[in-house]
Amino acid sequence: MSSLQFDIAHLLAGSLVLASFMMLYQDRLYALLNVYALHAGMLALSVAWQAYVQQAPHLYVTALIALVFKAIIIPVALHRIIKRLGIHREIENVIGIGLTMMAGIGLVALSMVVMLRVTPGADALAREDLAFALSVVLLGLLIMVTRRNAVGQVVGFMSLENGLVLAATGAKGMPLVVEISVAFSVLIAFIVIGIFLFRIRERFDSVDMQALDRFRGERR
Amino acid sequence: MNIDVLSAILVIPAVSAALLAILPGYVQTAKLNVVAALATFLTSLSLFVVEPVSGQYLLVDDLNKVFIVLTTFVSFTTSVFSASYIQHEIEIGRLTPTFLRFYHAMYQTLMFAMNLALVANNIGLMWVAVEVATLTTVLMVGIYRTHEALEAAWKYFILGSVGIALALFGTILVYMAARPVVGEGLDGMVWTVLVKHAARFDPALLNVAFVFLLLGYGTKVGLAPLHAWLPDAHAEGPTPISAVLSGLLLNVALYALLRFKMMLAVNLAAIAPGPLMVTMGLISVIFASLMLYRRRDIKRMFAYSSIEHMGIIVFAFGMGGPLANFAGLLHMTMHSLTKSAIFFAVGHIAQVKGTQKIADIGGLTVTNPVLGWGLMLGVIAIVGLPPLGIFMSEFLVVSSTFSHAPWLTMILVLGIIIALGGLLLRVGSVMFGEPKGPTAPAEASYVPMFTHLALVLMAGIYLPPGLVTGFQNVAKLLG
Repeated sequence: MSSLQFDIAHLLAGSLVLASFMMLYQDRLYALLNVYALHAGMLALSVAWQAYVQQAPHLYVTALIALVFKAIIIPVALHRIIKRLGIHREIENVIGIGLTMMAGIGLVALSMVVMLRVTPGADALAREDLAFALSVVLLGLLIMVTRRNAVGQVVGFMSLENGLVLAATGAKGMPLVVEISVAFSVLIAFIVIGIFLFRIRERFDSVDMQALDRFRGERR
Repeated sequence: MNIDVLSAILVIPAVSAALLAILPGYVQTAKLNVVAALATFLTSLSLFVVEPVSGQYLLVDDLNKVFIVLTTFVSFTTSVFSASYIQHEIEIGRLTPTFLRFYHAMYQTLMFAMNLALVANNIGLMWVAVEVATLTTVLMVGIYRTHEALEAAWKYFILGSVGIALALFGTILVYMAARPVVGEGLDGMVWTVLVKHAARFDPALLNVAFVFLLLGYGTKVGLAPLHAWLPDAHAEGPTPISAVLSGLLLNVALYALLRFKMMLAVNLAAIAPGPLMVTMGLISVIFASLMLYRRRDIKRMFAYSSIEHMGIIVFAFGMGGPLANFAGLLHMTMHSLTKSAIFFAVGHIAQVKGTQKIADIGGLTVTNPVLGWGLMLGVIAIVGLPPLGIFMSEFLVVSSTFSHAPWLTMILVLGIIIALGGLLLRVGSVMFGEPKGPTAPAEASYVPMFTHLALVLMAGIYLPPGLVTGFQNVAKLLG
């Protein structure tokens, strides 16, 4: 692999981590969705580049799924759901942005330390892809735990899932990548339909998860 | 012919799921559901007669035979219970015929997904199957569409999704570890190939992979502190689903974990998965048994008891060795049978009384003696009193692990005793004392419940030698 190919793959995977960081400090739902669309778009580019470098045409399918489904259909659908259900557009964060960013930096450092240390044998691209992918996964978890808002949590989960697709495509020659990305898309579609079907707004008057907590079976 | 048996286990539920989604009329579809589950169970029994050939995608060995037969059997008895349960739900209008059609289709889809996870020889395929099983149960938990049901489904959805996402990351790491040794492509995910070559995998990568797999599939097993979805999902969904969740789905996730444990055991340089599993098992036992004391909802209480028992099972498998594995396997079987029997009883009790609140149920042995004593027998079994099967399996777990790790086993025994106190305390008020609530006789089918309890009682008194040798073979396989 030429160093240019490597650098481009590196750049694309790195920008995915950057987009995850951008999601961390969004405090409006629409802006969060836009950054997510960017995130999915970067994933599509990154996967397409891997397909080209590894000469694995089936990965183009995964890239296409990422582009059409995750970068276009899901954000548009969520936009419409937010409007239809009249969900509050501000996101309430559990902890301040500064602390969240610090935690994010810590998580990225952690994933670098863990992944680079345990994969000295693997080739350079796969190693760094894995390290980036783990960063995106951990940042996705961080987004999920710092949002009180159901839609915010879903977006966090979807970005986490993008990290998994990045890891799967980075593992050269991994079988079933397309099938797995389809299975995940079904999962995400279910979640998004779930928001709509459960009519969280209608039922609970708010998608604030704290409000949901009050309906817990055992709380008096 | 050989392949046919294996694919029939998958095809029967898949086809009946499609049929049940189309056919109207709940009386007939409930019967069809029972027939399909029975057919799958009988097919799975034939696995003992014909030895199917394992391919790159599907696999049958002694280990998953036990799981498959248990799964299909409990699915069958639960479908019988479900038929009488939903009749009542339709009568009181909690479920509409449309939802019921959906419910039956989902039931068979869940059977398909669980069977697929159990026979998958490909770790990617296994992951997809566990994901499908999660999705179907999420939909079924939320089927009543009350505040609580929706919240439980949402919580299960989010936590379950995160769990399976972590499991996928672990799966990818296993492939990364396998690639330099077995080469690129499909072989890198075929479990039989992986086990054969695991000794030469990079141990550091395997270690990290196992941590992700343990956290991911451990969420689905319901190990503390990853159990938060479990009590809500059990309490708010339809009771047949609680029975299937506790009796089967937790086992399926555990099975996935055991497969990876077997792979790690081959690689001597990798961390021993045992201590991690022992720790999580003990935390689950202690935590869940303490939580039993403050339960107000009867289904939630038995959900916590499931966490406790999964803890015991994971503890036994974590300890390893032929004896402890045997005990773990037996305990898993006994727990599946007993806990689903308890949920059968609880389902009918909640229907008769119109509530799940422990405080509003009382004097069951007077008002509904058959149900009341059935539940009492189930509870006596689940807390591990002799002469029932769980006493025997818990005794085996304790006696087989006491010699290596007396202190850890003491903690386990403490947890079991705390749980015994908690369950008997709560159930005592439900069983005896002043009758409370409606006293109408239940229109219940008692056959599934008493079949399970009879099996558990029989296992406590006499284990057939064929079963013992079978379990011993599996225990050796588990290492």
